[in-house]
Amino acid sequence: MAREVRAGAVGVPKLGAGRGKGRHGRVWVTHLALCVAIFVISAPLIFALIKSTQMSSDVLSPKLLPGGAFFDNLSGVWVDAKLGRYMFNSTVLAVSVTVGKTILSLLAALAFVYFRFPLKGLAFTLVLLSLMLPTEVLIIALFDLVSQDLKWADTYAAIIVPFLASATGTFLFRQHFMNIPTSLADAARIDGCGPLLYLTRILIPMSWNTIGALAVIQFVYAWDQYIWPLVILQNDDKQVVQVGLRRLIEVGGQTDWGAVMAGAIVTMIPPLIVFTALQKQFSRGFALTEDK
Amino acid sequence: MLKPQAQPVTKPTTEAEERAVFRGVALPWVFLLPSLLILAVFVYLPALQTLRLAAYRANVILGTERFVGLANFTELLLSPAYRQVALQTLVFTVLTVSLGLLSALGLAWLASRPIRGANTYRLLLIYPYALSPAIAGTLWLFLFNPEIGLVNQILGSLFDVRPRWLDTPSLAFGLVTLAAIWKGLAYNIVFYLASIQNLPGDVMEAAEIDGASGAQVFWRVAFPLLTPITFFLVFTNIIAALFDSFALTDILTKGGPYTGNAGATTFLVYQLYQDGFVNFKTGAAAAQAALMLALVAFITWMQFRVGERQVHYGA
Repeated sequence: MAREVRAGAVGVPKLGAGRGKGRHGRVWVTHLALCVAIFVISAPLIFALIKSTQMSSDVLSPKLLPGGAFFDNLSGVWVDAKLGRYMFNSTVLAVSVTVGKTILSLLAALAFVYFRFPLKGLAFTLVLLSLMLPTEVLIIALFDLVSQDLKWADTYAAIIVPFLASATGTFLFRQHFMNIPTSLADAARIDGCGPLLYLTRILIPMSWNTIGALAVIQFVYAWDQYIWPLVILQNDDKQVVQVGLRRLIEVGGQTDWGAVMAGAIVTMIPPLIVFTALQKQFSRGFALTEDK
Repeated sequence: MLKPQAQPVTKPTTEAEERAVFRGVALPWVFLLPSLLILAVFVYLPALQTLRLAAYRANVILGTERFVGLANFTELLLSPAYRQVALQTLVFTVLTVSLGLLSALGLAWLASRPIRGANTYRLLLIYPYALSPAIAGTLWLFLFNPEIGLVNQILGSLFDVRPRWLDTPSLAFGLVTLAAIWKGLAYNIVFYLASIQNLPGDVMEAAEIDGASGAQVFWRVAFPLLTPITFFLVFTNIIAALFDSFALTDILTKGGPYTGNAGATTFLVYQLYQDGFVNFKTGAAAAQAALMLALVAFITWMQFRVGERQVHYGA
């Protein structure tokens, strides 16, 4: 009660003044807190960046001045330790999985939103329930299936095909399609447009934000894959870069830390590119799904 | 394009939940086939197979399989090593999820204040999203190397102490926990930033006009409004702590150092990997997988239940 009266009568100027003072004090603290936090969070990355540029004689010293040996460090492992090969394999994996998941979940969402058919509820439940079964939990049986029954060990198929379906993707596209007025689809159908044409000409152009947001999540997820490639790929020719980092460290005898740091930095670049390129879609597409 | 008489027709269809537009009995199944086929072969079949394997004991050398019923499960649940691993996983998960979300929320809140350079702060906070668990493990392995790591070089020259980070159980556990929190920070900040930006500005302003302090606005107004995203993040973070920690521990500590009955940083998935692919105890590993399956099913079920009961704060 008293608070209301104050706000009504003399409150406004008083509040304004108090707020200005408080804001001023607080802004300074906010800046300081953010700077300290960002420094602490970035410190390991800055450290890796510096060490990756130093000559091997400096890498093991506490010296924290950047050098000019980044490409020397990198070229040492790019071919000899197969880092280039690992990067290529990871790119094949991440791009195939991202594109495949996007197409398959667009098609599945199309069926779920624009068709009426028997057992629809069951089919949707089967897609959603797969969220409860991450690879790590299935890995024992999946290993038997892929290596012994399908004989896919040491192939790209082994690290790509099992991951092409996406419950998250299907779910997000379904939500997004349900927000698009039905009248649009009705009009398209009356004009003689079939479902596939409707998907490619109307739905996809209206879904770029969702597609972009999903692409970021799926690319990073595929790029970070570790345990499955580790067990299913025995031959290093198809190995992915995350497991490759472990190979770089275990290269036998003395670890070349400058080269390992260069490798770690290079491994971060593709997800950074994807993230930077799709940042707008990512936040917009995400905001859209938050509304639901 | 749209004929006038089409409008009254669309009304009932939008009101009805089923919004079938295109006809065809086979066509929807054609669109669903690729997804369902992949899920059937690479998710549901292995899931069933895991449950079957859990009831058998395989001998890799003889190539034989013997039905043992629930023996794999009882052995597992009675094993002090597995109990220790489960307890360690629980402590690790609770610590990473709670500390990780609290710091992410705090930082996202600070970076959402109307201050100069807020955009730059936000960008610097979310770019570590590109970090993978394996990279996190690699960087920390170098930083905390007892002889050549920067941390011990600094500590050694300042205080003359050089802790054996990766050989001391409590230090290794703390280190893995910190690295996991650090790795997950950007992901959580991304989601909190987006949600804070979607908060209703008028409600917050009303609270400020009514004389609420900054802390009051945060705890009494913003925090309750952020409950839905916090719940979502709690569940995704639990899953991340259970599964993503594998690459981190595999590179940083290899599950060690040994203490009590198991490695201090051996968590459920690492134990599963060890038994399945290093010790070749397929039955025991499958039983662990079945237990984890039940655990994830329970977590997912909780997520849907909590999600259903959530209050809607939308406009």
